[in-house]
Amino acid sequence: MSGNESKITHKLRMMSGFELPIDTLSLLKPDGSLHDGAKAPKLSKETALRIYDTMLFIRVLDERMVAAQRQGRLSFYMTCIGEEAAVIGSAAAFEDHDMIMGQYREHGALRYRGFPTEQFMHQMLSNSKDLGKGRQMPIHYGSRALNYMTISSPLATQIPQAAGYAYGQKLDGKKACTLVYFGEGAASEGDFHAGMNMAAVLKCPTVFFCRNNGYAISTPSEEQYAGDGIAARGVGYGMQTIRVDGNDVLAVFAACVEARKIAVEKQEPVLVEAMSYRLGAHSTSDDPSGYRSKDEEEKWRSVDPVLRMKNWLIAKKWWAEQQEKAVLETYRKEVLDTLKATEKVPAPALEEIITDVYDQPPAHLQQQLAELREHIAKYPEKYPKTAQGVK
Amino acid sequence: MAKMNLLQAVNSALDLAMAKDRRVVCFGEDIGKFGGVFRATSNLQEKYGRERCFNTPLTEQGIAGFAIGMAAQGHVPVAEMQFADYIFPAFDQIVNEAAKFRYRSGDQFNVAGLTIRTPYGGGIAGGLYHSQSPEAYFTQTPGLKVVVPSTPYQAKGLLLASIRDPNPVVFFEPKRLYRAAVGEVPEEEFEIPLGVAEVVKEGSDITLLAWGAQMEYLQAAAAMAEAEGISCEVIDLRTLLPWDVDTVARSVKKTGRLLITHEAPLTGGYAGEIAATIQEHCFLYLESPIARVCGMDTPFPLIHEKEYMPDQFKIFEAIKRTMNY
Repeated sequence: MSGNESKITHKLRMMSGFELPIDTLSLLKPDGSLHDGAKAPKLSKETALRIYDTMLFIRVLDERMVAAQRQGRLSFYMTCIGEEAAVIGSAAAFEDHDMIMGQYREHGALRYRGFPTEQFMHQMLSNSKDLGKGRQMPIHYGSRALNYMTISSPLATQIPQAAGYAYGQKLDGKKACTLVYFGEGAASEGDFHAGMNMAAVLKCPTVFFCRNNGYAISTPSEEQYAGDGIAARGVGYGMQTIRVDGNDVLAVFAACVEARKIAVEKQEPVLVEAMSYRLGAHSTSDDPSGYRSKDEEEKWRSVDPVLRMKNWLIAKKWWAEQQEKAVLETYRKEVLDTLKATEKVPAPALEEIITDVYDQPPAHLQQQLAELREHIAKYPEKYPKTAQGVK
Repeated sequence: MAKMNLLQAVNSALDLAMAKDRRVVCFGEDIGKFGGVFRATSNLQEKYGRERCFNTPLTEQGIAGFAIGMAAQGHVPVAEMQFADYIFPAFDQIVNEAAKFRYRSGDQFNVAGLTIRTPYGGGIAGGLYHSQSPEAYFTQTPGLKVVVPSTPYQAKGLLLASIRDPNPVVFFEPKRLYRAAVGEVPEEEFEIPLGVAEVVKEGSDITLLAWGAQMEYLQAAAAMAEAEGISCEVIDLRTLLPWDVDTVARSVKKTGRLLITHEAPLTGGYAGEIAATIQEHCFLYLESPIARVCGMDTPFPLIHEKEYMPDQFKIFEAIKRTMNY
């Protein structure tokens, strides 16, 4: 039904922005038991353990990489801490041939699909084995093989692109969809509105996944939007919408399984808003102590998504505390060893500075490279990273 | 060969591209059943269906982003921006996303199939918001190709080449010439290679360079100059990025003089870039400073449009000044 078939009234009455409250689906209690009346989604032991294993890896990676950044070994880092259930639980509900378009904080989804530890390191250290050839800041991962679109720094640009990507999948008759992540801050950008509206009108099999983590850098969500969160906008754009407890992996997984089903079977978009909290800093360039209280953070620590899932796994007798210690030890060693080894990999060749601007380097770029080579050959000590390769 | 105006040539290119490759998809504002405000996409929806030729909501950034996503997926989107004046909301998607897609991913992903068509330029009493020539904003963006046809023949050949080029292309169509320019155009398909300028007329005293709608004024000025005994070599640049330095430099080495004209404002305009490059290549051959005849550094006016335009009379005067330097 469109707005111009609306029921006529004869009484003047404004509607408030909160008049259509949207519920939050929550299945799992912090102690790992289910809420009364809650029904757990069909989640195999294998998938559940893969989700949890990915969570543990990402916790270790984040902790070690932040330390490495503090030691000056990395220029920049962003952690996923607090949002593991939202990111990894959602990724687990999709198929490997579905495209994922992330914002930047979704390395858990990439890991879930099998991105190897050394590839994370190659990207963060911008070396010759980085799939992105050392052109972007750390954490801007991308993998053609894993259908994970390379991250772009400008916020929200991936949202209309996801609508277009999904439309292409639809034209090809594929049983696939596009999963696009963004934060509640990105939902303020024009691209969000453009992408949501286009996907709804053009019926694109896109799943829009909002990680509502409370903060856009230092701006709290109450300074980011008025009204009932981001989910209300999905309804406004005419798409099926659900809000979930983003720290509840079962709720996230259940909602996303259903979202994918709608996108692929009905060929239309869905919006999922996951209510969570960014426990860490926005990035290593940020310091949350300047804009929020320890008390507030503690409150969210008590509903830690990883701990909550662990309690559930233990209650199901799928996991034990001792196993966890061994896994964490293995990952700590793996991450540190890989980092050390990766630091020895040389920088990409100098010619990579002009490749991939176009499919073939045009004459003016070849000329600029030739001039650069000549200059570096003259001042090799000033350009130590590349001088060796320049004769 | 058939007689076609520039719009019919564009339509013919789109029609043939869609017929040959089912992955070619056209979309934009009002381009579906209506055929676009200029009718460049007439009959395409009828022929190829709503899935492959459709209206979008009014959102330039959405259209560009959507096109990028489709191209990344492997389709060949030809997106229309209703007027080049309205390309600015899409600027970020074009210069930050489309242009860098291949580079930033290390060639894991690209938007090879992407073409953005848009009508540009003055001379239609369009005022500030229907007359701009924003090409220079895009020529500073590595990763894009920027193409501007000046005749119906070029419009068809260059558009087919743009659609099939493995890089994102911004294709500016001179709307003043949409119906005014009529010429012989093959009905079958053909391509004009990108990155190659066309020497329209050979001459020995001065090289005259332009692109798009400005070619008409340039040729009128050349005729006036020829009548006074000045031999003009006239070059149509056709592709602005990457541009054909060799053809222009070769010509300037022969004539010793260069005049460049464009409708966009003088300051920061593409003529400045060409002048800098050519003086580098041809410094010892130049017999006078490189002349630029451009739009004024004002927004494009409505009532004083004729005064604003860098027309044949302004170009003719600049030719004489350059010859008499």
